[in-house]
Amino acid sequence: MRISNKGLIDRSSPVSFTFDGKKVDGFAGDTVASAALAQGRKVFGRSFKYHRPRGVMTTGSEEPNALVTLHSGAAQDPNIRATTQEIYDGLQVRGQNAWPSVDRDLMGVNDLFAPFFGAGFYYKTFMWPGALWEKLWEPMIRRAAGLGALSGEHDTSRNEKAYAFCDLLVIGAGPAGLMAALTAARAGADVILADEDARFGGRLLLEDEEIDGKPGHIWASEVTAELEGMDNVRLMTRTTVTGVFDQGTYGALERVGQHLADPADDLPRECFWRIVAKRAVLAAGALERSVAFANNDRPGIMMAGAVRGYLNRYGVATGQKVAIFGNNDSAWKTARDLQAAGVEITALIDSRSDVTPQGDFPVITGGLVSDTRGHGALKEITVQSASGEQKIAVDCLGVSGGWNPSVHMLCHMNGRPAWDEATQSFLPVENMVPGLVAVGSAAGHFNTQAALESGINEANKALTDIGLKSTDTKAPQAEDGAYNITALWDVPHESKGYKRAWLDYQNDVSTKDVRLAAKENYASVEHMKRYTTQGMAPDQGKNSNVNALAILADATGRDIPTTGTTTFRPPYVPVSMAALGAGARGKGFAPERFVTSHQATVDRNAPMIEAGLWYRPGYYPRPGEKTWLESCNREVTSIRNAVGVTDVSTLGKIDIQGPDAGAFLDFVYTNMFSTLKVGRVRYGLMLREDGHVMDDGTTARLGENHYVTTTTTAAAGQVMKHMEFVHQALCPDLNVRFISVTEQWAQFAVAGPKSRELLNTVLDDKIDNDSWPFMACGDVTLSGVKGRLFRISFSGEHAYEIAVPSRYGDALFRDLVSRAEVLGGGAYGMEALNVLRIEKGFITHAEIHGRVTAFDIGMGRMVSGKKDCIGKTASERPGLHGDHREHMVGLKPVDAGQDLSNGAHLFFADDDITADNSRGYVTSVGYSPTLDTYLALGFLENGPAHYGKKIRFKDHLRGIDTMVEVCNPVFLDPEGGRSRG
Amino acid sequence: MRIKCPLCGERDRREFYYKGAAIDLARPAPDAGDVAWDDYIHNRENPAGRTKDLWQHEMGCGSWLVVERNTVTHEVYGAELAEDVKRGMK
Repeated sequence: MRISNKGLIDRSSPVSFTFDGKKVDGFAGDTVASAALAQGRKVFGRSFKYHRPRGVMTTGSEEPNALVTLHSGAAQDPNIRATTQEIYDGLQVRGQNAWPSVDRDLMGVNDLFAPFFGAGFYYKTFMWPGALWEKLWEPMIRRAAGLGALSGEHDTSRNEKAYAFCDLLVIGAGPAGLMAALTAARAGADVILADEDARFGGRLLLEDEEIDGKPGHIWASEVTAELEGMDNVRLMTRTTVTGVFDQGTYGALERVGQHLADPADDLPRECFWRIVAKRAVLAAGALERSVAFANNDRPGIMMAGAVRGYLNRYGVATGQKVAIFGNNDSAWKTARDLQAAGVEITALIDSRSDVTPQGDFPVITGGLVSDTRGHGALKEITVQSASGEQKIAVDCLGVSGGWNPSVHMLCHMNGRPAWDEATQSFLPVENMVPGLVAVGSAAGHFNTQAALESGINEANKALTDIGLKSTDTKAPQAEDGAYNITALWDVPHESKGYKRAWLDYQNDVSTKDVRLAAKENYASVEHMKRYTTQGMAPDQGKNSNVNALAILADATGRDIPTTGTTTFRPPYVPVSMAALGAGARGKGFAPERFVTSHQATVDRNAPMIEAGLWYRPGYYPRPGEKTWLESCNREVTSIRNAVGVTDVSTLGKIDIQGPDAGAFLDFVYTNMFSTLKVGRVRYGLMLREDGHVMDDGTTARLGENHYVTTTTTAAAGQVMKHMEFVHQALCPDLNVRFISVTEQWAQFAVAGPKSRELLNTVLDDKIDNDSWPFMACGDVTLSGVKGRLFRISFSGEHAYEIAVPSRYGDALFRDLVSRAEVLGGGAYGMEALNVLRIEKGFITHAEIHGRVTAFDIGMGRMVSGKKDCIGKTASERPGLHGDHREHMVGLKPVDAGQDLSNGAHLFFADDDITADNSRGYVTSVGYSPTLDTYLALGFLENGPAHYGKKIRFKDHLRGIDTMVEVCNPVFLDPEGGRSRG
Repeated sequence: MRIKCPLCGERDRREFYYKGAAIDLARPAPDAGDVAWDDYIHNRENPAGRTKDLWQHEMGCGSWLVVERNTVTHEVYGAELAEDVKRGMK
């Protein structure tokens, strides 16, 4: 029911939406909860386990009961708190965890069996037979119990990540937060003020109180307006600070488009912020807690602060006959506000006997609500007092068991709050989080005047800390009443029957469960939590943890400080994975790197292979070719007989310059580069400091003090990092500088007996064998474009790599390929490249996989004896060479038609096939059209000693079991005549 | 976590690559013997408290840094360029 002339809603802007298909009329400024409550809705959800009907408890993000699902299809958004979701025309809201609806939920039958479902029920009952757990019990329990569900469709919503920096971050824009922000902003500090509400003011929006003689919400608007006009202030509404991390880093979730009927296409649904602040104040306020009495969960029972909050902010009377039950002074504010609005108060029940009744309504002091009645909606409460038991007809009960300061964020880095007897609450202590301090009710200042003053004081301290001058901002006049409270955690009730006094509404944990946990010796608060699931629901115990540990303290005969609290962890409110992972979905998760020939390759219908983030062609199919192998065989053959072109730009290229460049390379590579002649290229091997092979590649000396090193595609980043490390951390006095030029040069391999013939059609100055012998390098020009030419070969053929600045890559590749086609060749892909190098026994990271030494791959002699280098000492350790090592070998099937496979194990012919008898394994396999047989590279114990021997090749996974002959890994042209031709 | 790069200023740890204990700077002489080399390559302390380790400002200037921090409190005391530390070791 709406009360006229009350509330901060805009009655000139009606808004309508649907709740479970039924139309709800509200106004701009309403939440789903306020509009639906105004229309008389009582049941907003069904509880997790027992499917008990539940209504709205609170006005904020801590809401345990009123969780709803928005939208349908791919946009379906579950577990949204109705108390914070703003309404807009056309919004579709649905209840959760109920069938067919929250009003008539057939799963409510669970509640009848409740006596069986106490804490530990699942552990005790579904233990046997174990095999049934995954198949039967768990799915059954999951179907019956739960929260809202995702649609299962691909989520198309847009989310973003963002970063912000400030001097002072103010978390929460209630009176203390506004005052802190204003104080710091006036002093010229960069301030971010974040609040999860759509409007600043915090509790001032929910209370009927004055600041400097004007309504609190007006004062809040005026302060907000002043802050808005300042360049050094960023105001962030709808933004929940969710966690505190090291060195002043804060996570925050902003709801950007969730409250809009028709958000622009480029507007994200949510944005996850990382805010770095030199100092921060926590003005997160306090949350009201309930009292555990029998059937304290009926729809219509809510927090006393929420009852007056709905009245003052939304003009909604949450009942027509309202009772209030509390143990502290704030409960009386609800009665006062209701009375002023003309709502009937049937009784105010204060558990304390020593209070002086005020106001014109029935008051029962020293009274306790001991039970309630009403299925689906509260109808009656039972009150015990000195004058006996009485039943009172009500449709709403506001409960206040006291207030818990929102210290969560201060505990995210292992800080523990301290129990305070006067306020019966956990309060922050000093230095819980470096740079973060609580103000206002989060710090236990339970009146507005004290909250405002703490905001000023702490902001001034922060200003001093960061070297700014504080201002003489004065606190305005505000309410400064005392907050008196007498502990009341639960009201004893009959232990028999169905009656339960609820603590954790979201996980259906009652006082019985906590007492049972204590009885079964789960007496530690952390054990009790896990045994009962107390505080493990989405609200993370915000509404119930303190009550539960008070009950546990009582059940175990301890006091509250000794019992302690559980650990608080981020996030403060649930954060969707979509927001945390914004930008990292699909291709955003693994960005694509394209070479300059990418489009030309796509134009030729070549399927792509991913190599790290790079995309490289597998093969270039031609009409009539039915399988990849046909294309691959054709490409290999054309290179062995004519010429082929492929893009090798993905290989890392590092430009190294300086007088000590040669000495530096001598230190990072096993072999010598300082002795390399200008205009020549040398193959190099790089070790890790532990003596194992890190990478290999060629290095060209372009000038006296100028080298270009190539790395493998896979290790390009790692090698660059390694070289930076070696230079900066091990030999900083070497006069050398280097930089990655991988992206700057497009580089193509031109391989085959006709490679020179092809190149001579594009080079401005023709080359011959004398001017460009094997392993020569130097500058060339192509139609006036300066490029580089390297006579190197990864195929064993007469071959070159030609490099041009990247912007010419596409044109050169297309040109080279069409010229190659004229000569009987063409483009080739990774499949052919792999076969060509296996035929020659050239290694890739399939062989240098991190566990092999130079000795293992037959390159022991490349570790120069004349100098030290990275990994040299360790490579000389006993155990890293000798007959027991697995040595790289070639393998040929005895039956030439036999397919081979990577990962197979090698056994001596007479051995049993057992893991212990494995003598080696296979790393690379390909079909060689040149030799008309499958070929493999692998590692075999004391390999060279077994050349010519036939051994067993066994692949359990692919079912291959055959005999292979061990041979030198260079299958083709061992003398290397082809590459020198 | 935030690290103050001596060249770029304070940056989020996502910009940095972690390598390990700063002992990596103290590379033994080739003939220092097995024990020294085993300690250099393999043996590491696992301190609860102050530790010095190597990070590279990979997404920034590329500098290798020696960062001193506390593994218990997560406090970062400071960072120096590895090349300066190395020069100081001589």
